[in-house]
Amino acid sequence: MKSKRVIKRLSIMTVGFVLALLFVSPVFILVNSSFKSLQDIYINVLALPKQLSFQNYTKAFKEMDYVKAFMNSFAITCISTALIILISSMAAWVLVRYKTRTSKILFLMFAAVQLIPFQCVMLPLVDIMSKLHLMNRPGLVFMYMGFGCAMSIILFHGFIKNIPIELEEAAIIDGCNMVQTFINIVLPLLKGIIATVAVINVMWIWNDFLLPSLVINKNGMQTLPLRTYLFFGQFTKKWDLATASLMLCMIPIVLFYLSCQKYIVKGITAGVGK
Amino acid sequence: MKKSKKGFFLFMAPALVAFTLVQLIPTVMGIGYSFTDWNGISKAKHFVGVQNYITILTSDLSFRNAFIFTFLFSVCAVISVNLIGFVLATLVTQRIKGVNFLRGIFFMPNLIGGILLGFTWQFIFVQVFEAIGKKLDILWLRGWLTDQRTGFLGLLIVVTWQLSGYMMMIYIAQLQNIPEDVLEAAELDNAVGWNRMRYIILPLMMPAFTIGLFLSISNAFKLFDQNLSLTGGGPVNSTQMLALNIYTTAFGENRFGLAQAKAVIFMIVVMAISIIQLSITKRREVEA
Repeated sequence: MKSKRVIKRLSIMTVGFVLALLFVSPVFILVNSSFKSLQDIYINVLALPKQLSFQNYTKAFKEMDYVKAFMNSFAITCISTALIILISSMAAWVLVRYKTRTSKILFLMFAAVQLIPFQCVMLPLVDIMSKLHLMNRPGLVFMYMGFGCAMSIILFHGFIKNIPIELEEAAIIDGCNMVQTFINIVLPLLKGIIATVAVINVMWIWNDFLLPSLVINKNGMQTLPLRTYLFFGQFTKKWDLATASLMLCMIPIVLFYLSCQKYIVKGITAGVGK
Repeated sequence: MKKSKKGFFLFMAPALVAFTLVQLIPTVMGIGYSFTDWNGISKAKHFVGVQNYITILTSDLSFRNAFIFTFLFSVCAVISVNLIGFVLATLVTQRIKGVNFLRGIFFMPNLIGGILLGFTWQFIFVQVFEAIGKKLDILWLRGWLTDQRTGFLGLLIVVTWQLSGYMMMIYIAQLQNIPEDVLEAAELDNAVGWNRMRYIILPLMMPAFTIGLFLSISNAFKLFDQNLSLTGGGPVNSTQMLALNIYTTAFGENRFGLAQAKAVIFMIVVMAISIIQLSITKRREVEA
């Protein structure tokens, strides 16, 4: 009986690790190829590199203007996320605390727009934004605020609902106005959910392609996904540089994942079990 | 708390302004533009009534093909993503060593953006599959992404690879929500193995299936980045999905009005499918 259970457990483990191997193999092959010369890739794509050379990386790094693209991505992602968190926590707080018909309708509206595909708004949006002279990086940040706030408001809303109102009432009695109450009492209580909302927004904004390609597709302004796309257009058959550039773009996201794993899992499962 | 209207709107204002300018007004304008012959460049937009919709429904073959492709793709992707996601979730909730490591590995592809994913797999399909097929003389591994069938399968593999880890996370959360005593009671009633899965676990998993199906349907239907970077819609538009079709109609052919009409149809279809799915699966949710 016991040995049967051990065998069962071992076989489950084997299946798990075989599947894991299958899952990482594309990335594995990519890493392997990124250290090889183009000729070696064509001769035998699966063979190990002859020597450990970072030549592809230094070349790709320079040719895709990596530092600039990284800084653009980094600044746009951080600023947008910070602003989304600020405006959606403010909005969610009053939506919870004011139980009026207006707040109910607004909340339903934020939930409903989740279903509208981006393709449906993209042409008029670009039209409006170019009239407002917002076809630049600050304009892109503003658009991310518009697209990101609905989901974030819903997440904050669910969290604030469970915070007792007494603390806030006490603060008001002590003479705090709304702004002071929000900053001193409410925001500190939101710490846990802020991390989750931040991670969710960082993930989609960092990887977003279509919106920046419509808004800031000019030299010097591009984000990493845009540079990768351009780079591939220019070097479609240069797989040595291409694989290295793909690796360069994946590394920041993997590092981010390893450092925020806990919050990522929380963010995904926020809606489950409710 | 003193409830002043001013305070409410003061706190709502930033989110509401951004949201209105970026999503609400463009949506309404977009519906309006779909009745015009706007070409995206000239200022002139002439009202043409439902002409764009008639064109799409009667003579636009590219849209019809993209629609069929997207529909078939979504059906297959939703099944494979959720099935594999569920299998992975049951696997990593067993009492075995290394489950956290396995979870991390299965989830990882999800973090990589669609453009990078498409290019990565393009390399795998075009270079690696080809090389292996050539060496071992396996015919079906060769010539990937050069016809509709392998383009379809390629996209399916990419999306399954990307999304099943995400679904796994959702299903893990729900599996861990199932109370221990329910499972013990089931065991006493001799519900084990398949019976336990069919009559105890699956019904209790319904809330997670509601979310999993909703997310995978909308992800599959709206797929754009992976489509653009993996096949670019080719060869000869045979793997073009709806989002990419709308994009090409607008920026490739400069027919913004027509593209906008397609986008409105797209929106209606996405909403209808999501609402039907939510109402069906919601009804099947049970309490433990």
